[in-house]
Amino acid sequence: MDAEITLTVDGQRRTVTVDTRTTLLDALRERLGVTNPKKGCDHGQCGSCTVLLDGRRHLTCLALAVAHDGAEVTTAGGLSGPDGALHPVQQAFLEHDGCQCGYCTPGQVCSAVGVLDEIRQGHASHVSEDLEAEPGLTDEEVRERMSGNLCRCGAYAGILAAVKQAGEQAGEQAGQEGAA
Amino acid sequence: MTANEVTPTPIAPRSIGTSLLRRDGVEKVTGEATYAVEHPVTGPDGQPPLHAWLVTSTVARGRVVTVDATAALAHPGVVSVIDHTNAPRLADTSDAELAILQDDAIAFRGQIVAVVLAGTSESAREGAALVRVEQEAEPHEAVFDEDSPTYAPEQVNGGSETDTLDGDPDEALARALVTVDATYTTPHEFNSPMEPHAATALWDGERLTLHDSTQGPRPVRGTLGPMLGLAEEQVRVLAPYVGGGFGSKGLPHAPEVAVALAAMTVPGQPVRLAVTRQQMFALTGYRTATRSHVRFGAHPDGRIEALRHDTVSQTSRIKEFAEQAAVPARVMYAAPHRATTHRVAELDVAVPSWMRAPGEMPGMFAHEVAMDELALHTGLDPVELRVRNEPEVDPDTGNPWGNRRLVECLRSGAERFGWAERPTGPRATVDGEWWVGTGVAASTYPMLWMPGNVARVRSLDGGRYGVAIAATDIGTGARTVLTQIAADALACPPDAIDLDMADSDLPFGSVAGGSSGTTSWGTAIVAAAQQFRADHGDHPDPGVETTAASGQYAAMDGHALHSFGAVFCEARVHRYTGEVRVPRLLGVYSVGRVVNPRTARSQLLGGLVMGLSAALFEDGWRDPRTGHTVTQDLATYHVAAHADVKEIDAHWLDDVDELSTPMGSRGIGEIGIVGTAAAVANATYHATGVRVRGLPLTADHFLE
Amino acid sequence: MKELTYHRAEDAASAVALVTGDPDARFLGGGTNLVDHLKLGVTSPTTLVDVSRLPMDEVAELPDGGLRVGANVRNSDLAAHPAVRRGWPVVARALLAGASGQIRNQATTGGNLLQRTRCVYFQDVTTPCNKREPGTGCSAIGGYGRYNAVLGASEACVTTHPSDLAVGLAAVDATVVVLGAGGERRVPMGDFHRLPSDRPEQDTTLAHGELVTAVELPASAVARRSTYRKARDRASYAFALVSVAAGVDLDDDGRVRDVRIAWGGVAHKPWRAAVAEEALRGKFLSEESVREAAEAELAAAVTDEQTAYKVPMVRNLTALTLTSLAEGATR
Ligand SMILES: Cc1cc2nc3c(=O)[nH]c(=O)nc-3n(C[C@H](O)[C@H](O)[C@H](O)COP(=O)(O)OP(=O)(O)OC[C@H]3O[C@@H](n4cnc5c(N)ncnc54)[C@H](O)[C@@H]3O)c2cc1C
Ligand code: SF4
Ligand code: FES
Ligand code: FES
Repeated sequence: MDAEITLTVDGQRRTVTVDTRTTLLDALRERLGVTNPKKGCDHGQCGSCTVLLDGRRHLTCLALAVAHDGAEVTTAGGLSGPDGALHPVQQAFLEHDGCQCGYCTPGQVCSAVGVLDEIRQGHASHVSEDLEAEPGLTDEEVRERMSGNLCRCGAYAGILAAVKQAGEQAGEQAGQEGAA
Repeated sequence: MTANEVTPTPIAPRSIGTSLLRRDGVEKVTGEATYAVEHPVTGPDGQPPLHAWLVTSTVARGRVVTVDATAALAHPGVVSVIDHTNAPRLADTSDAELAILQDDAIAFRGQIVAVVLAGTSESAREGAALVRVEQEAEPHEAVFDEDSPTYAPEQVNGGSETDTLDGDPDEALARALVTVDATYTTPHEFNSPMEPHAATALWDGERLTLHDSTQGPRPVRGTLGPMLGLAEEQVRVLAPYVGGGFGSKGLPHAPEVAVALAAMTVPGQPVRLAVTRQQMFALTGYRTATRSHVRFGAHPDGRIEALRHDTVSQTSRIKEFAEQAAVPARVMYAAPHRATTHRVAELDVAVPSWMRAPGEMPGMFAHEVAMDELALHTGLDPVELRVRNEPEVDPDTGNPWGNRRLVECLRSGAERFGWAERPTGPRATVDGEWWVGTGVAASTYPMLWMPGNVARVRSLDGGRYGVAIAATDIGTGARTVLTQIAADALACPPDAIDLDMADSDLPFGSVAGGSSGTTSWGTAIVAAAQQFRADHGDHPDPGVETTAASGQYAAMDGHALHSFGAVFCEARVHRYTGEVRVPRLLGVYSVGRVVNPRTARSQLLGGLVMGLSAALFEDGWRDPRTGHTVTQDLATYHVAAHADVKEIDAHWLDDVDELSTPMGSRGIGEIGIVGTAAAVANATYHATGVRVRGLPLTADHFLE
Repeated sequence: MKELTYHRAEDAASAVALVTGDPDARFLGGGTNLVDHLKLGVTSPTTLVDVSRLPMDEVAELPDGGLRVGANVRNSDLAAHPAVRRGWPVVARALLAGASGQIRNQATTGGNLLQRTRCVYFQDVTTPCNKREPGTGCSAIGGYGRYNAVLGASEACVTTHPSDLAVGLAAVDATVVVLGAGGERRVPMGDFHRLPSDRPEQDTTLAHGELVTAVELPASAVARRSTYRKARDRASYAFALVSVAAGVDLDDDGRVRDVRIAWGGVAHKPWRAAVAEEALRGKFLSEESVREAAEAELAAAVTDEQTAYKVPMVRNLTALTLTSLAEGATR
């Protein structure tokens, strides 16, 4: 059965007809031609298809498009500015060579943005010693939180450095703004 | 047109050795890089792509009785169903892995028996589920174990000899005062690149254009052309971005034939095929399981007098692949008496193929765990034992080493790792809930150079140069390092280079495999650049060009050219659950000159991570009753996740290898995975006193 | 193939009516399990009733100090909720040990409890499976068995329940609030999931069309001093080999006043180790005493070559979990 839905994708409102079985990932990639999110497994097992959905990191391969009518989707493509300026997370991935083949990368980048936000909000993780304390931007915390994004090229060391750098920059910025 | 063969001379490094940013990094971090099924391909009249879905066999051996497509064809959106009765005929069916849909034979479970074409991927998927394939099962054999009947292949992968024999190892083993005699196993392992195999094909009646996820556009063209009854030039293969391969995209596999055949049934209409993650476990190659019987006979001072490495692997009855697991034993250590043998079992199973460091990876697991056992038996430090067995010349050929610096790698690694503080005996350190231990292993990979590469250099406006070769960047950084090589060969800045690659219409580039890419393509680029300067001077007019074929630069004939390395690992084994974690992993390598430290580090770390992953997790579990891998997705076939990779580092010796390439470099793509699993296994032994001789090192081995 | 109709539920009652009246209808929560199964062909409903936007997304503190968790509360939000972190750490820890950050943002409390087994054969429609297709046989017997059950299995099915959250909830004696055509009922966690017996197709005691609307967590001393430990292959993003959810309440001498132990990865349902709990009441917690108690619980275990490891693993992990809780560890 077909259904018409509207999505805001990287700031643009898009209306598209999908099958009720169409996943958000296939709606983006195959119907809208938005191939920034990648399909690595189609079953929630790799994280390549991660986007920010209404502001939170979210898989798109296990989401039906019809169920997300009206949603706001930000892909890695939408993180960079309209002038092509890279998002600080993207810039850090570039500098630390946090990608090799690049296939997991857009998902990693979106996930990293979500992770930094979750840490900022004080969410604990599996490796947090104290559930009630503010989590730090430590290696262990970042590794655990980024574990839903597999990278078969094994770029994890670069990814870790990139996420931490972007997080520290954002922290400094927030600190400066707070002080000003 | 055949290009003149030119053998280049060494070049002076300027850009080489600098950490140029990945040239395609921006495209990758934004997701703008387009992979095989992402190209907006349309037919000549704007036809949108059809989606193909593979239907595969569910018996391990037998034949297709009927393919009933009635229900599928009635499903909205389904356009056609192609099976062996209506598929276009192939001109060459000699490769039974690739000759799909030509007859009713089923040789393994998961083999392609039909292809559904539909307007959307959902209707293709559902159409495929509606195809009724009646199959007649015949008895099959899918178990690979110590009782499997085997044969001796004519040669093993890579063209090496099946068996070697020097001296009288059996007699020497019988005499030896210290011996190791043990069997080591590795499981079926799956390359599992993040981008599943995929292609978009368009047949316009004259030419087949394939946007493919491949490590070798030219090899794909060279294989598909003749199979399809086409001249090679009638096939164009493009692979600007490839989401990893690790060998599985090195040779064309059946899905590429499927999409080509499907496209030929709908001229003018593009066809997209994305192999599912699950289908990859049967259709796109894998590393066969291996069983290696290793014997060392040594003097009490650790010098090895005799060694035997007898290895068995398995292959598909329809195509031989002989994993060369005993080959590294031929070069690693000095021993006057030595034998290596390879045997293969034929089964009714999916076709194994290349996976990162075929031969070296499983073989060095066996060899380097055996060395750890020998260290224990002789009471020597494992680093010292290896140093004592350092051969002066290549034990295999008797040739002098080009640049063997294993001992320096071991020493430098030991220093960086803090090896000296290690307690000698096993089971000596407890930290809270964990047993803690450290281990070391050596690694090696041969220098490989592929003949036949051709590059073209053209002068452009404004002092720029266009450099073209049908090479691919599968994540290795080739796009970046070839730019640097071209820049130095032409003595211009890298920004002045427009590199054109990943298109089979360009001059011949060999496969991105065997760690031979930079070596082979780079040598060709240097050859073409030097010839270009000879032809056109330092101030060429725009538009002039030179195409040159690479002569053999590498001094392979008189020298043994290999890379070496040492891997150090700290492992922790949970005292309550047996879970193994690796807090520290370090590799130190000698790989010649490093062209780009940033991308090289990523390559070496990536190899270490994949070795760690194989050490701890990877296990393709085959059901003997059905013959298929039941752990056929990324939730059940575990590859290392971010939390598994903790402190990890790769270093290299300051090195220049002018015997191998005009750049002074050797390949780096594979050596990182070699020896890593052995280092981890040795560290778990040191932590617990439990010797595990089969991968993966799962918790159950260490439970008390 | 039949068409798939999608309904966005207006309210809980109409959602229940829609599904109750149609054997081929299913509720859709976050979709992380159901959409997976649609694509695999494991289930082929003709109607999906999307309940994920129903206003069952609150975590409310109850007058008696307990907590009422709406069925649509996302796994990540539940784990992050201050009251859960404080009063039911085992629940927060179980959630955080499951799946990935992305999946937890998407998965609902109700969907998590109703997720189906990860048995490789269940997910592969080309192989026989009694749970997926009753009467076809169980491929896991004599097949891949590393994740199979060691307690309470039947000849029809030997798989385990995959949810971490469910194990945490079992340990704190949560109650599942269910709305059916006949009204609301309250199901204790212990009675929610079932053992396979000869009807492995039935994971829970819910009738078709019954909707989980909330889960209630009673406040208790054992819940406040509780934690969750999970043994797995990968350090993250992997299902449990075995897991232990436990809580203790010690008297002033350090003797066990009350204790809760639930095991994951060992049975078709979260396994409340009642025998072990009983054995520990009034005792001092030591590795030996816990091991002994766990052994008593595991006397009924049936293992084979592939599952034998689970017995020492869950026993040891239980000993570690309880002794470290007794020592005041926070995780
Ligand atoms: C790769 C991967 C790894 C995972 N790892 C883990 C893990 O380690 N630990 C773990 O615990 N889980 C894990 N999960 C499972 C995950 O937690 C579940 O898929 C998720 O919790 C299901 O919630 P959902 O809301 O998405 O459910 P859905 O997929 O929407 O629904 C699941 C089932 O519940 C039914 N349903 C949904 N809501 C209700 C309701 N309110 N009342 C009645 N029935 C309802 C649906 O009809 C369906 O049958 C993993 C999943 C994936 C894909
Ligand atoms: S164990 Fe249960 S789920 Fe697995 S195959 Fe057997 S019946 Fe199916
Ligand atoms: S494609 Fe969505 S998680 Fe792999
Ligand atoms: S960069 Fe290749 S999978 Fe991550």
